[in-house]
Amino acid sequence: MIKVIKPGLQTTVQDKGRIGLYEIGMPPSGAMDKYSFAAANLLVGNHPNAAVLEITYLGPELLFEKGMRISLTGANMPPKINGEPVPMWETLEVKPGDILSFDFVKSGARVYLAVEGGIDVPVIMNSRSTYTLIGIGGYNGRALAAGDVLHTADMKEKDVPVGSRIDEAYIPVFGKAHEIRVVVGLCSYRLTEESKQTFLQTEWTVTPEANRIGYRHRGERLQFVEREQPFGAGSNPSNVTDLGYPIGSIQVPDGVEPIVLLHDAVTGGGYATIATVISSDLNRMGQIKTNEKVRFAAVSLAEALQARRETEEKLMRIAASL
Amino acid sequence: MGAKGVSGVPTRYEYGGDEFIFVQFSEEMSLESNFKGMAITRKLKEKQLEGILDICPSNASYMVRYNPDVLDSEELMDVLQEIEKTTNRLDDVTIASRLVDVPVLFEDPWTHEALMRFRDRHQDPEATDLEYSAKINGYASTEKFIEAITGAPFLVSMIGFVPGLPWCFQMVSREKQIEVPKYVRPRTYTPERAFGFGGAFAVIYPVQGAGGYQLYGIAPAPIYQKEQTLPDFQDSMVFPRQGDIFRYRSITREEYEDIRRQVEDGTFVYRKKDFSFTPGDVLADPEAFSENVMRRLYHD
Repeated sequence: MIKVIKPGLQTTVQDKGRIGLYEIGMPPSGAMDKYSFAAANLLVGNHPNAAVLEITYLGPELLFEKGMRISLTGANMPPKINGEPVPMWETLEVKPGDILSFDFVKSGARVYLAVEGGIDVPVIMNSRSTYTLIGIGGYNGRALAAGDVLHTADMKEKDVPVGSRIDEAYIPVFGKAHEIRVVVGLCSYRLTEESKQTFLQTEWTVTPEANRIGYRHRGERLQFVEREQPFGAGSNPSNVTDLGYPIGSIQVPDGVEPIVLLHDAVTGGGYATIATVISSDLNRMGQIKTNEKVRFAAVSLAEALQARRETEEKLMRIAASL
Repeated sequence: MGAKGVSGVPTRYEYGGDEFIFVQFSEEMSLESNFKGMAITRKLKEKQLEGILDICPSNASYMVRYNPDVLDSEELMDVLQEIEKTTNRLDDVTIASRLVDVPVLFEDPWTHEALMRFRDRHQDPEATDLEYSAKINGYASTEKFIEAITGAPFLVSMIGFVPGLPWCFQMVSREKQIEVPKYVRPRTYTPERAFGFGGAFAVIYPVQGAGGYQLYGIAPAPIYQKEQTLPDFQDSMVFPRQGDIFRYRSITREEYEDIRRQVEDGTFVYRKKDFSFTPGDVLADPEAFSENVMRRLYHD
């Protein structure tokens, strides 16, 4: 059992997500940085879809009431056991009565804490992920609160020795300026040619509205091609007849502040979407903090697929090394 | 790129990153585009292609999420374009639908309180959403406007936004279709079960949250229930299905309270009838189709 002494800013239970229900408006939820999530589970020998804790910006304080192996990956948020610094990206061991806490985050935004066997919460529609907007999944459909007690599940698949470490080459480094690769398309025909260039050339600043739903960016105003709005779309030039929003798609309501939609986002609506963040860079998007800088780089589908393969190969090499 | 789409505009096929393909039949909303999307996504579902994660039909478009490690992106693109080529005759498609009576209390105190809080984000801060919408659609009074909304049924044309939100498109001739703008800036608060209108679509908000549609009233019965205690929610937390036909019926405060009690004690059931139709039945004469639907729902 793990007792929550302090919950941190927002600590939720997440796995790979609730896949296959997008058509009824159910977003997948799931870990924002699936690379760090997968690495955390590998370090404790868990099934790839075992649930972990996703820790955002400010770490929790947790009391372990039984001994177990744990691992911490993702953002650089120096962890301590009983006040003593311990490494991230390594298989650790806690003893009954040990307390895990964190220093302030140095880089990145989200830490993944995996425990041997995974976090045991009810499976709702094939997933243990928390979706707080409607209060389903995870721990009672919400972020952790002081006094909550977590149990471990039985999704351990192999014994990974304490002290096993992920090769430095596979540990992502998170800076304060980010290049995020996108495939331009969807309704990008709605932007003027000049604004398409502006979108790719601007150094955007992440606003305080940056969470599991999406990230809003401040920078330049974008212009849409003037037209008489088609029937059903609504009157603003950024409006289109309501349609589905891909995960990672970017919309620009009224031409101000592009929003990247993430794993808890609405599944559809009436704004023109102009590009989509490629799947491997969604992981890095989830590690960006408010006030950091983002540039969107256009890539082809072939390049997106190549980046996807590289991410998968890294995880396969990590798995082989443990 | 695509085949000749609805109203002569080529269908637009686009990749949404490495996991999505987005297909748009027309930029404007029409029953024809919606039926075309239903027909194609149903055929795609029947193929049961390995690697497809989600098939999401929407208003005048649809979207597919797939795993490119299992299903090649270009191969899927070819499959989708091939299905469109072989889906020219919409009359081959039968839509298994339900006719549903959906009660709505118009001009209720809860949505009124919500919309008054956000007048600074509205096109016409001096009027209510209903007064503004009636005026710009040429209705002499809010009563006449409510009559137009409740006088003909709506096709549930898309589900999404949050779990269970139905986009509903009225089955009337084009000149009678209502169209309203969305708020200038979206509200940060909308009551659960609020009945709203934006673009050409009526919606019910399943849960409390943000929203940009004009607010006219509130439904006493849920369209989303996570506890799944009501009989209509036994199989799914979400009640509406694409292709359903909803008739919004104006009710009194008394009936509202009565239905609320039935919801609370777990006995509420939507008045509904199974019903099959082809797109051709509607497109040939939407008015006659609507009258037939109303008769079936309340008198047969």
